[in-house]
Amino acid sequence: MLVLTLLILPFVGALLTALAGNRSANKIALLSTISTLLYTLKLYFDFSSNAAQMDWSFNAQWLVEPNILFGLSIDGLSLLMLILTNLLTPIIVLSGLGSTTQNSRTFYSLILAMQGAMNGVFLANEGFTFYVFWELSLIPIYFIALLWGRDYTQKITFKFFVYTLAGSLLMLISMIVLYLMAGSLQLKHLHHLSINGIGQTIVFLGFFLAFAIKVPVVPFHTWQADTYTAAPTQGTMLLSGLMLKMGLYGFIRWLIPIVPLAIVQFAPTIITLGIIGVVYGAWIAIQQDDIKRLFAYSSLSHVGLITAGIFTVNTMGLTGASIQMLAHGINVVGLFFAAEVIFRRTGTYDLSALGGIRSKAPWFSTYFFILLLGSIGLPLTNAFVGEFMLIFSVWQYNSALGVFAGLTIILAAVYMLRMFQRAMLGNANTVTTDFQDLDLSEHLTFIPLIILVFVLGVYPMPIIEMVEPVIQQIIQLAAI
Amino acid sequence: MDIEILNGVSVQQYLWLTVILFSIGVLGVLSRKNAIIIFMSVELMLNSVNLLLVVFSKMHADTLGQVFVFFSMSVAAAEVAVGLAILVMMYRNTKSINIDILSKIKE
Amino acid sequence: MPSNNLYLAVVVLPLIGFFVSALFGKNLSKKVVGLIASSVIIIPFFIILKAFIGLLNGGEMIHFYLFKWFAVGHYSVNFGIQIDQLSVLMVMLITGVGSLIHLYSISYMHDDENYSNYFSYLNLFVFFMLVLVMSDNYLGMYIGWEGVALTSYLLIGFWFKNHEYNDAAKKAFVMNRVGDLGFLVGMFFVFYYTGSLEFTKVNAALGMGAMVPPLAFIASAAMFLGATGKSAQIPLFTWLPDAMAGPTPVSALIHAATMVTAGIYLIFRSNALFSLAPDTLNIIAIIGIATALYAALVGLAQNDIKKVLAYSTVSQLGLMFLAVGVGAYTTALFHVLTHGFFKALLFLGSGSVIHAMGGNQDIREMGGLKKYMPITYATFLIGSLAISGIPPFSGFFSKDEILAMAFQQNIVLWVLGVAVSMMTAFYMFRLLFLTFSGEFRGSSQEKSHLHESPLLMTVPLIVLAVLSAIAGLLGLPAVFHAPHFLNNFLSPIVVHSGEGHPHLNASTEYMLMAIATVSGIISIGLAYTKYVSKKSIPSVDTLYTGLSKWANRKFYIDEIYDFLFVRPVKWVSDFLFRVVDKLLVDGIVELSGKVSILTGNVIRSLQTGQTSFYILAMVLSICFIIGYYLIGI
Repeated sequence: MLVLTLLILPFVGALLTALAGNRSANKIALLSTISTLLYTLKLYFDFSSNAAQMDWSFNAQWLVEPNILFGLSIDGLSLLMLILTNLLTPIIVLSGLGSTTQNSRTFYSLILAMQGAMNGVFLANEGFTFYVFWELSLIPIYFIALLWGRDYTQKITFKFFVYTLAGSLLMLISMIVLYLMAGSLQLKHLHHLSINGIGQTIVFLGFFLAFAIKVPVVPFHTWQADTYTAAPTQGTMLLSGLMLKMGLYGFIRWLIPIVPLAIVQFAPTIITLGIIGVVYGAWIAIQQDDIKRLFAYSSLSHVGLITAGIFTVNTMGLTGASIQMLAHGINVVGLFFAAEVIFRRTGTYDLSALGGIRSKAPWFSTYFFILLLGSIGLPLTNAFVGEFMLIFSVWQYNSALGVFAGLTIILAAVYMLRMFQRAMLGNANTVTTDFQDLDLSEHLTFIPLIILVFVLGVYPMPIIEMVEPVIQQIIQLAAI
Repeated sequence: MDIEILNGVSVQQYLWLTVILFSIGVLGVLSRKNAIIIFMSVELMLNSVNLLLVVFSKMHADTLGQVFVFFSMSVAAAEVAVGLAILVMMYRNTKSINIDILSKIKE
Repeated sequence: MPSNNLYLAVVVLPLIGFFVSALFGKNLSKKVVGLIASSVIIIPFFIILKAFIGLLNGGEMIHFYLFKWFAVGHYSVNFGIQIDQLSVLMVMLITGVGSLIHLYSISYMHDDENYSNYFSYLNLFVFFMLVLVMSDNYLGMYIGWEGVALTSYLLIGFWFKNHEYNDAAKKAFVMNRVGDLGFLVGMFFVFYYTGSLEFTKVNAALGMGAMVPPLAFIASAAMFLGATGKSAQIPLFTWLPDAMAGPTPVSALIHAATMVTAGIYLIFRSNALFSLAPDTLNIIAIIGIATALYAALVGLAQNDIKKVLAYSTVSQLGLMFLAVGVGAYTTALFHVLTHGFFKALLFLGSGSVIHAMGGNQDIREMGGLKKYMPITYATFLIGSLAISGIPPFSGFFSKDEILAMAFQQNIVLWVLGVAVSMMTAFYMFRLLFLTFSGEFRGSSQEKSHLHESPLLMTVPLIVLAVLSAIAGLLGLPAVFHAPHFLNNFLSPIVVHSGEGHPHLNASTEYMLMAIATVSGIISIGLAYTKYVSKKSIPSVDTLYTGLSKWANRKFYIDEIYDFLFVRPVKWVSDFLFRVVDKLLVDGIVELSGKVSILTGNVIRSLQTGQTSFYILAMVLSICFIIGYYLIGI
């Protein structure tokens, strides 16, 4: 029941927010997300202290014929993703307090619905349940991007929707194939299913495309930069901070243990694609002038590395990926919020129009710089440990690819410092001359992120200890 | 009542008659643009089927078929009322009962 | 353990200082900020003195763990502190010179609006530098390694309103990161093959033959790439001269005395690995001497007081790498120490001059300053004599040892080394004479402003001058029959000890010394004739011709790098974005969308909207279906 409560909380919040007035919607949404966060933390402490004494799953027969369960459960990896989701959603809601949103009760209730759907994705231990929540999560973000985005979003949002939906349908086919073979879609049954070579390939391709589009892995990424740029910033945060983690999580949970033979077969290709993404995204980011687009390509670069690390299927790579998912979520939300702060005051994301903000807003530039350092993986910030593990795992897999993956530390420094210099340093111009430093709600948005940047960088052991048993188990399953 | 003459007509011939009537109806629907004529052709098709029902009812000596005919005739009467009302509305709006005007469904 | 906490304080105090200055600096008076920032460096110096005395008396090295950073499978990394003979010397150099520079900065930076930021960055730098030299493992060292690059970025771009400075800062950071990739890869090799990153365990594993020589070659070469980035060697040296954009005390601390020597420290630390790879050592020696020569040549034709010192730093670092390359690790560290003293002295002296000149750094507009600033002049003279290798100043001893070691290895290296040393003496005295001798050539406004610097600036100069003069005692040559303190002290760190001493016979060694000294004096004489007797002044930059033009323009290395790397990177970036991403990859996606729209359009034309057409279609379809069943069954 613990599990079910966690799933329901955000939806209740969404309902309450939808019923509230536009003026109080954001506060109700904030309260709801904070209570979900507190509940998640309670679960975390229970999990780390007396996991054995509690029931961490919820199963109910959904349909009898076909044999479909509504199945949820929590283990270390799910918990990590739930913490990520339920930690970032309040921050995303909080980030909206400083600006006015049209029809905000719908907006915030969509955000909460999205949170609920993502919780469902991370909780699901049954294929059909997983698929339902996977699709459910697409609906709120579609409307958020469509209705609150920049003026030209219609075509972009449509493309995003169709692209990801196409991927999902392929996953559905794989699910059906699996069901026909196993007679059930419960993970524990799927784990012990022996599938022949062609079957593995078919199942693999369906799942992989669905996840790869969501992540996105090069070359399935072309919806990403446009959507990130056009969506409202909170939508971009949801997409980049949380939603793409669904794909990465899917790789670990739904792909590697189920079709190990196909993984072995396709791993070289995918790791190469991942590393291409690392270099490609970072390299493109070097010349971008739109801050959000720049961050979008930087995100492409980071998730490329995570993907590569996951498909090395060794403990180092998967642990690194887990840490990095968390770190990337935190950093990217912070960076997009920084972009939003700039946009609120200047009305532009264009680097060539900006400059000299540091002398006007020292607090803001300090926060921004710290997040930037986190993003480029400076040691003692959150991204370093994960990045080290990921590059190390890829290097173990193939040392040349490892060195290419390592290029990220150079290229990231190039594009991030260029961006920072052009936006923040130099003399203030007419656009930035009246730049106000942060107000209270903006401080409150940044501070938890900044704290997390350092805490996770210095002391990631709790996370590692939490996910390691799951990862060991997955590697064992993959080894069969 | 003397309906001996009807006994002289074989089932085969009835079938031909209904097929011809039905085909005339189909052709009428397909070829004419005037809504009223199309309507009449539809009625023709309907009635050819009714006739068929009666014929088989007689042949199998089962009155159920004739019961159906009454059903379908009453439904057809209702339908005619609605249909004609639509035609009247159409005529009022477009001053025409040419159905090709009604191609809004395309967009 | 209380003593562990005491040594932990060495690292933590500067960090606390950073937080105090960063968070409350704006609310505290400048004096308090400066005092706090300096004291968090001075106190660690005295703490580490205790450790030094302990080690001097034959004590064991101090090694303790703080907590586990991360652990996956059988790979695990702890935060740990190791204070052994090598790190204790580095810590003393960093905190010793560091505290002098902090004191100096209180006065030097007094009028800057971001005074408290400056001190917070400086404290942060010292923190990271201490992490670098006190960590017990490579990854801990890497924290410091990247951290000093970060603080160096912040301090080079300290005056962030000037985009030229920002560019210099960015360049420094990026070039360092290129090196860092090398370091990282080297670290991977070590981690994978020895199973640990802790120095003691790695060395033990290497002793057991954990890495075969070809692997050791790749690993050490990768690490050396890291060292070239940090220590400004070919090919990653161009950031250091640009880094002079930062405030002068920063150049003294970071870009002369401490951070740039981290490369030497890394190699010294990994000498067990490098000794397995003689090829790498040869490469290091060649790169070292090439860098030394190149930078010395460029230094001959620079007219910015700090640029001359910057190239001289690159050149001296090259000599240190030469020493490492011939296997003389302790000699390299000896030079690190003496160079730390005299180069800090020279930079601070130049800071004093710049301070007096109101920010002007062009030596063509100076001259005759010894009248106005006698203390600066005297100390600068001592520094110049030390760097030129004139006995009995410290530079003589360390440089002589390097040259002797090089002579043993290969006479060509020695000849080139002597050439570097001659050029060094020449450009240093050119700088000295142009700045301090003759008549003042600047504007009258500048002239009225000339003054000796305040006590807070001159005292550090005097202390450093004394150190520069006597630091040679740390390593007296074997021919003097005195114990070589450094070699003995550091012998536990060097795996193949015994290589650290010259084994030349006495007469050869005397001869080498004499040649080096005489050539140095000749250079000084040449500089004297040209710039004092003949009173020649370097011409404006555009009038240079021939070799001196090339030297003045730094052999166009920056332009070449720009052409080879910077522009192609940007060009490829644009190409990837506009052509590959937008046209090719997205084109395919859009194409699939277009195809479905197109087929939709084709099929849509069937949808005429004419009822009769639909009915016809229906009738035909029914006929078809009926016909199919009639015929098919």
